[in-house]
Amino acid sequence: MTLFLGSAVALAILLACSFAALPPTGDYRGPYGDLVNAVTVPERNVTDTVTAVNFDIRGFDTLGEEFILFVSVMGVLLLLRPQGNEPRRRHEDREQGRPAVPISDAVRVTALLLLPVVVLFGIYVVTHGQLTPGGGFQGGVILATAPLFLYLAGEFGNFRKAVPRTLVHIAEAVGGGGYAAIGLACLGAGAAFLQNVLPLGSKGTILSGGTIPLINASVGLEVTGGLVLGLMVYLEETLELKEE
Amino acid sequence: MTTGINVVDILQASTLIFAGVAATVVVLTRQPVSQAILISFYGLLLAIVFVLFQAPDVAFSQIVIGAVALPLMILLALAKIKKQEDESEK
Repeated sequence: MTLFLGSAVALAILLACSFAALPPTGDYRGPYGDLVNAVTVPERNVTDTVTAVNFDIRGFDTLGEEFILFVSVMGVLLLLRPQGNEPRRRHEDREQGRPAVPISDAVRVTALLLLPVVVLFGIYVVTHGQLTPGGGFQGGVILATAPLFLYLAGEFGNFRKAVPRTLVHIAEAVGGGGYAAIGLACLGAGAAFLQNVLPLGSKGTILSGGTIPLINASVGLEVTGGLVLGLMVYLEETLELKEE
Repeated sequence: MTTGINVVDILQASTLIFAGVAATVVVLTRQPVSQAILISFYGLLLAIVFVLFQAPDVAFSQIVIGAVALPLMILLALAKIKKQEDESEK
């Protein structure tokens, strides 16, 4: 315990000194930030600089990140796949050995009221990535939590019927491959890979930024599909399995 | 500091201290289920820190991953382990 307290105090002192030595809020001192801020609005007609850097100026790095997510979801699906000698089972929504809990009306009503709000908010965050903070990844995760409201309000069967597995697989693949396909289409149009070749649109509208809204939409699709698949497989593993 | 101490600096310092305290509490909790809930609260606090340091995109990602997806995955993995332990005991 004394070792923990001693090292905690030392770390706290170090952190306090380093945070106090930071430049004051808003006093940026590096050249790259000012350059990017000066360039994004006139050259790309996009008001969210972070999204412009993520999907256009350094779009190639984000392509690698999306494939990291894709491969890790693939790894989870491989590890939790049904083995050959397991019988097909139906999933019942309760813990092992405990009696089934009836769903209270408050939970049901709240979940059903929040579901359309969350879906709308997720779509808003994805499509407005180039205007306000947000983007494909954040909106995709928000959309991926929307089917969980169905699971909370009903049972696991509702979750599976609302997001059928094949559809989610297709959505994830289209999203992940779409990013690379946009890059290849830019190659086909005679420019560099992932160069912004589409008309830029007017600043402040949803369709501004050339390829940025397209890449935003495909990343959103891929993240949603990947996370819904991961959640579905995890939930199937933990709910009680009944013999068919 | 060139402009003296203003409200934002006080807010930044206080949320950083809160985040440090919350992280220590997460580490000192011994039950994994309680730790998952506390990690969710700590993720929300960290997102507020990011907003105060002028990084709203990062704060967005931190909320959706650290406060929603991470505790969910932890709880599901714990439920699966507990189920396996119960099955192996039978």
